[in-house]
Amino acid sequence: MGMEGIGARVARKEDKRFLTGKGRYTDDMVVPGMKFAYFVRSPHAHARITGIDAEAAKAMPGVIDVLDGRQLQADGIGNLICGWMIHSKDGSPMKMGAWRPLAVDTVRYVGDAVAIVVADSAAEARDAAEAVIVDYDELPAVTTSIAALQDGAPQIHPEAPGNLIFDWQIGDGAATDAAIAAAAHVTEIEIHNNRLSPNPMEPRATLGIYDSAEDHFTCYTTSQNPHVARLVMSAFYNVAPENKLRVIAPDVGGGFGSKIYIYPEEIVCLWASKKTGVPVKWTSDRTEAFLTDAHGRDHVSKVKMAFDKDHRIIGLKVDTIANLGAYMSLFSSAVPTYLYATLLSGQYAIPAIHANVRTVYTNTVPVDAYRGAGRPEATYLLERTMETAARELGISPAELRRKNFIRSFPYQTPVIMNYDAGDYEASLSAAMQAADWDGFPARRAQSEARGKKRGIGMSCYIEACGIAPSQAVGSLGAGVGLWESAEVRVNAVGTIEVLTGSHSHGQGHETTFAQLVADRLGVPISSVNIVHGDTDKVQMGMGTYGSRSGAVGMSAIVKALDKVEMKAKKIAAHLMEADESDIVIENGELKVAGTDKVLPWFQVALAAYTAHNLPAGMEPGLKESAFYDPSNFTFPAGCYIAEVEVDPETGKTEIIQFVAADDFGNIINPLIVEGQVHGGLAQGIGQALLEEVRYDEATGQILTASYMDYAMPRADDLPSFTLSHQNTPCPGNPLGIKGCGEAGAIGSPPALMNAITDAIGTNDLTMPATPLKVWSALQGAAMPMAAE
Amino acid sequence: MYATSYHRASSVGEAVNLRASHDEGRYVSGGMTLIATMKQRLAAPSDLIDLRHIADMKGVSVEGRSVRIGAATPHADVAASAALRAVCPAICQLAGMIGDPHVRNMGTIGGSVANNDPAADYPSAVLALNATVVTDRREIAADDFFLGMFDTALEEAEMITAIRFEAPEKAGYAKFPNPASRYAITGVFVAKTADGARVAVTGAGSSGVFRVAEMEAALSAAWSPESVAGVSVDPAMLMSDLHATAEYRANLVRVMAKRAVLASL
Ligand SMILES: Cc1cc2nc3c(=O)[nH]c(=O)nc-3n(C[C@H](O)[C@H](O)[C@H](O)COP(=O)(O)OP(=O)(O)OC[C@H]3O[C@@H](n4cnc5c(N)ncnc54)[C@H](O)[C@@H]3O)c2cc1C
Repeated sequence: MGMEGIGARVARKEDKRFLTGKGRYTDDMVVPGMKFAYFVRSPHAHARITGIDAEAAKAMPGVIDVLDGRQLQADGIGNLICGWMIHSKDGSPMKMGAWRPLAVDTVRYVGDAVAIVVADSAAEARDAAEAVIVDYDELPAVTTSIAALQDGAPQIHPEAPGNLIFDWQIGDGAATDAAIAAAAHVTEIEIHNNRLSPNPMEPRATLGIYDSAEDHFTCYTTSQNPHVARLVMSAFYNVAPENKLRVIAPDVGGGFGSKIYIYPEEIVCLWASKKTGVPVKWTSDRTEAFLTDAHGRDHVSKVKMAFDKDHRIIGLKVDTIANLGAYMSLFSSAVPTYLYATLLSGQYAIPAIHANVRTVYTNTVPVDAYRGAGRPEATYLLERTMETAARELGISPAELRRKNFIRSFPYQTPVIMNYDAGDYEASLSAAMQAADWDGFPARRAQSEARGKKRGIGMSCYIEACGIAPSQAVGSLGAGVGLWESAEVRVNAVGTIEVLTGSHSHGQGHETTFAQLVADRLGVPISSVNIVHGDTDKVQMGMGTYGSRSGAVGMSAIVKALDKVEMKAKKIAAHLMEADESDIVIENGELKVAGTDKVLPWFQVALAAYTAHNLPAGMEPGLKESAFYDPSNFTFPAGCYIAEVEVDPETGKTEIIQFVAADDFGNIINPLIVEGQVHGGLAQGIGQALLEEVRYDEATGQILTASYMDYAMPRADDLPSFTLSHQNTPCPGNPLGIKGCGEAGAIGSPPALMNAITDAIGTNDLTMPATPLKVWSALQGAAMPMAAE
Repeated sequence: MYATSYHRASSVGEAVNLRASHDEGRYVSGGMTLIATMKQRLAAPSDLIDLRHIADMKGVSVEGRSVRIGAATPHADVAASAALRAVCPAICQLAGMIGDPHVRNMGTIGGSVANNDPAADYPSAVLALNATVVTDRREIAADDFFLGMFDTALEEAEMITAIRFEAPEKAGYAKFPNPASRYAITGVFVAKTADGARVAVTGAGSSGVFRVAEMEAALSAAWSPESVAGVSVDPAMLMSDLHATAEYRANLVRVMAKRAVLASL
């Protein structure tokens, strides 16, 4: 691997600037003449706008202008859209309601933007925003998906009668029903997946700059995919044609999915910059982040899992209702369908699966992908069901899983996915050993002696990363292709720039991508720069989400490096009068194999650019680009085990140990992979124990709009994690990478919930398992538990 | 935040005068509550009179068993005071459990007591220790000071200068923190004072900190965790919110009281 190549535990290059406070984020950008925006937002969950009076606000100190939705509409700025078409089972297209960047007639959630104030300072803009008088006729609101589907529920969009967006299915319903009818045992359970707020450390921000001389726009924004932002803003929102719009996503402080989407604010700030003639900057505060950043999860599902007399799963039937909030966010329709139901086979051979998914409008913040996006919901559902089934069947949870594991690959599930490689037994065994599973009864007895309730639980997850083969996702309704691009530029002195369509917002690409180059060319990573995040610098790219940057983004770099190498070898062969096939690249040198002829890398690069002596007909320069379109998803999988101790007097859960055994395929940098797993586990544990967005059902007001009420995981909520890897290389991409960004958040919630329900002896517990809920469950609990 | 003017007082007299000359002014101590409220635009004082640079109002002094804590003493200093720990470790422990290190280095006992947040920790100690709240104009007994949620006996512009108490024979504090804010969902301070046992509960009561007479009687009879384990509090007088129902809080009052007594032993 070399000191800095693939597999090396290299400290992150980017951390120096992050840890010394020298990161350059959107809010750090300052341009001449820049002014500040504040958005007037709806205080109501659902209301008709009957009038907007901005005269007083416009007269306030420092105010440049106040602009509203009618003006935006008059200027031809389009509505926000969802970019993934889903058809209902009756063949009708999803019923997408209009999402205007600034509401015109109706507001549909607390925080819906109504007007923008531009002023000399952020404080003046905010002062003036308070003086904008908006008259509202309040309408009844609905916040839960179940209530929104009921007769007589408030109607949120005229386009979607009964608030139903689509009623979709996947799998074979008849075969699944037949399996359930013939089953020796059927486990039935209702599963709730709690609504989460993503809370990246850096709140969203945007700076819109209109240059009237060139009729050109520049948009600084906190985006995970600046090219997609440009594409969508050009093609659908009529902000400007692509060649007149530059999107820059500089350092971005975390996204977790919430910064994939185009939000109203960047569109409105660009438009407002043209209207007012000044650059317009907006930075969200934390309250606005709770009110407007796309939320995650919020599923309610009914599950039936059918077993034959040998405890083999013969059928799985799932009925899910997913709350999409007040508007369809950019990829909202894909999350509870193709990113969710296609993973319902889990690690198990299940001959018949059927899932029905209804998506619903409510008067809440739009819901879209959040770390794991659909796969956490599928994993939680399956693994809670498996654990419950094991308890009902009276066999150990490990045995039930082992009995049903898929053991030969490739494996075609009944729900589209074709698993290419894996070894589920390896991770299960490793995790059980690391957790000393067999020693648990003795530990439980010790806890009991101290008046505590101890529990242990596992979860065997699978997920799909490396999203995704363009043709396949196109046939499923995606409005975009999901390939990735790369350009490798070797400079005349031999240093290297890699331009990637991936975007790093915490993943460490500046290090791992450089490690790949170091591995291939033998140059130090300090001589490699990774360039990303600017549509004027980097060729079209699809951005970072779904753990795709390694499997897809780096594969594109591999392809470009292949081309660079080929050309460099040709030049070296020419200069050293050797055969091209005898040239090897090692330690930053090109050598003629079996001789002492050698050229340092920089001399070959220099030769390419001086072009004094190149092979006949060769173009000067050493710079190659490539697009890589994956042939399949990748399938990271693993086994997580949580052991907890519950204080029955207070209901408080303490995590005694947390074991993660993962198969991520080949690993570029173990240090970064461990960091990704730690972060993912923290978020998954947050979901299981602490986090939930709550609404007041009567008023639609969000009750958890600050850290006083929304509980984020902190260091003292978490144990030290025990990690291990059982890697089976991914056969589908050149580096054998599967992806690791979301696994922790996907696999951990069911492991914890299985442990807590084991401790307290009930299956009836929803996330987050707060002390209040656990204590309440204990007041009424008594359930026969399975053999350990 | 709305625009405001900042004044740094260097003596109690100067602070009181500054406050008197600004009708819409407010004292600011650690600012951990007030500044956050101003940032949310829920408060808009015209002037802020900063108390943290008044030497008389800072620090802990212990003479024999008499304790005086200056109102502008940050929680971290109370938590770290060796003199105080020697006579009343429970209040040091309480201070060490407030918020996080940033909050403990800024927030002050005077600000906390003046604010009387129903979930704040200090009010339980002040009440259970039968402390005296010393102001720029009088001395107020703890029993007369806390009037209800965010409500105290302080008059307009009245300033707390110190908290005084006699160190108890025994004292203990147990807190069940809110998982989000880490304020007390329920905190119970028990003290064995010269006038008998006192038990004060914070975080739970629907009108702020309160004493539990039945527990006090039981503890005066026998200072042991078992004495309070059987005493129940009526949920009707307790708060219900996202994080805890009144019934759950009633349970926590019992459990925390027991643990507080245990901690005092
Ligand atoms: C993140 C966070 C976590 C926290 N966690 C906890 C916790 O776990 N437990 C807990 O108890 N508290 C907690 N707090 C509150 C904190 O401990 C402060 O004590 C509290 O905010 C008030 O103290 P202060 O000195 O900051 O007062 P300030 O914010 O400066 O003032 C508060 C109010 O008191 C008035 N005031 C201040 N000093 C005086 C005085 N000497 N005389 C009269 N009036 C005065 C002010 O005018 C203002 O109205 C937390 C705060 C934060 C921000």
